[in-house]
Amino acid sequence: MANINSVDIARLKNGEVNLGTSIMAVQFDGGVVIGADSRTTTGSYIANRVTDKLTHIHDRIYCCRSGSAADTQAVADVVHQHAQVYTAVYGAPPTVSRAAALFEKMCYDNKDQLSAGIIVAGWDKESGGSVYNIPLGGGMFQQPWAIGGSGSTYVYGYCDATYREGWSEQETVEFVKNTLALAMSRDGSSGGCIRMCVITKDKVERHFIPGNELPRFWEGKEIIGSVNKQQVVLA
Amino acid sequence: MVAKAVEAPNVGFDFSNYARNQFFGERLQGIPKATSTGTTIVGVIFGGGDSGEEPGVCLGADTRATGGPIVADKNCEKIHYLTPQIRCCGAGTAADTEFVTNLISSNLELHALSQGRPARVVTAMTMLKQYLFRYQGHVGAHLVLGGVDVTGPQLFTVHAHGSTDKLPYVTMGSGSLAAMAVFESSFKENMKRDEAIALVARAIRSGIFNDLGSGSNVDVAVITKNGTENLRNYEMPNERGTKSRNYKFRRGTTAWTKESIRSLIVSEEIKSTSGAGKDQGGVEVVAVPTGAGAGGEEGMEIDS
Repeated sequence: MANINSVDIARLKNGEVNLGTSIMAVQFDGGVVIGADSRTTTGSYIANRVTDKLTHIHDRIYCCRSGSAADTQAVADVVHQHAQVYTAVYGAPPTVSRAAALFEKMCYDNKDQLSAGIIVAGWDKESGGSVYNIPLGGGMFQQPWAIGGSGSTYVYGYCDATYREGWSEQETVEFVKNTLALAMSRDGSSGGCIRMCVITKDKVERHFIPGNELPRFWEGKEIIGSVNKQQVVLA
Repeated sequence: MVAKAVEAPNVGFDFSNYARNQFFGERLQGIPKATSTGTTIVGVIFGGGDSGEEPGVCLGADTRATGGPIVADKNCEKIHYLTPQIRCCGAGTAADTEFVTNLISSNLELHALSQGRPARVVTAMTMLKQYLFRYQGHVGAHLVLGGVDVTGPQLFTVHAHGSTDKLPYVTMGSGSLAAMAVFESSFKENMKRDEAIALVARAIRSGIFNDLGSGSNVDVAVITKNGTENLRNYEMPNERGTKSRNYKFRRGTTAWTKESIRSLIVSEEIKSTSGAGKDQGGVEVVAVPTGAGAGGEEGMEIDS
């Protein structure tokens, strides 16, 4: 057990690769949509600008990874193996809640050594689409929609204001795309392109939106005030 | 100091050099830093598509090894062998990259023998990442892993903490930014073999000339399903210029009073070994005269 008098704030070690990140997952009737940006950084250098942060755990279960790239890859690999063993032993794929419980166990039991924020999402026969958010401490929270990563802080307001229940697949995809684009435009550690997966009973459909086709929002104008008055130029 | 026969302990860690290292650390400017490969290493996937050539991987590396501000080795080999069709470039702590690639290379050979098929690049990647993750970054090996297997050419980066990325072109090491600049401007998919080699050489040269931690020569390795070509010292843009004068002293500059020449070989016996040694044409020579062995060629010339 860690020494409670000294807290290690600088979780990521020196030189460790960081999934800066904006990730999210949203449930809709019939499945889930998960999405992430594509930037991995080491300090201020972008080690990989086309990362795939949507990791396959099982046929209809994916997870979004944020935090330390090494930690999340290692944990996801272990859970991927557990899911395969489960299928071999029980003859049926694990439910999303079981996969999320596996993640939760790893993240909670090793909370002092790990720096991993994970969103597990997928489709199973018992519950249809479901989303589980597992932030840094290893707690597990089932939610209709979840956002995570450093870029998520900038879009809580947008998500709270925009989300509605009962959306179709297409509307959910739009929601995810817009949210991620907003997060990526404000967060330095997020960027690149958007990768999304739509997971339903029948299939997993991957979507890719390159950086130059991201939805654009207010980008500001250089000069404010009326043309007649003395012009104020924003540097 | 009294010379005493030191018995190595049978168990536990051997701390017998600790006091000696501390003493040197105080005498010199601190304990010397581990040799690090400052380094520029790169990898690129080429071929396939409409290039008309076999798909493959081209790896490149510089050849400078540094120990702090000093160049410890001007021509070290940073492209390590893993399997006949897989190579690994290493940046970071030189000892760590050397040993981790050796270990995984042995394990891959055993794995291939037990599976009855050639090892895959993802297997090498998984072994490396699981080993490095276990050591939480203390094994300072940053690697560019490339190879060709039944699924085609593949290229990965493996960081010391155990994270990996799969990409069509990669750079690592202190010169990675200089090399990446070259790749980002000139990389295209489905390059021909010669184009890929030229691009890799340019990227390494960019690291050599713009990064203080990289230097000397360019090593290249080209891997396709037909085989691996090791182009050691493919380019040598830093050859030492010829000296304008002869700085040797002629024999007789220092006067001598007496000359006595003794052969250090008392007796020499050549014995061929039996068994495995014999099959390999092994001939055991008992004594080696000084100046004629491996080190002798590189030794100082007393007079020309």
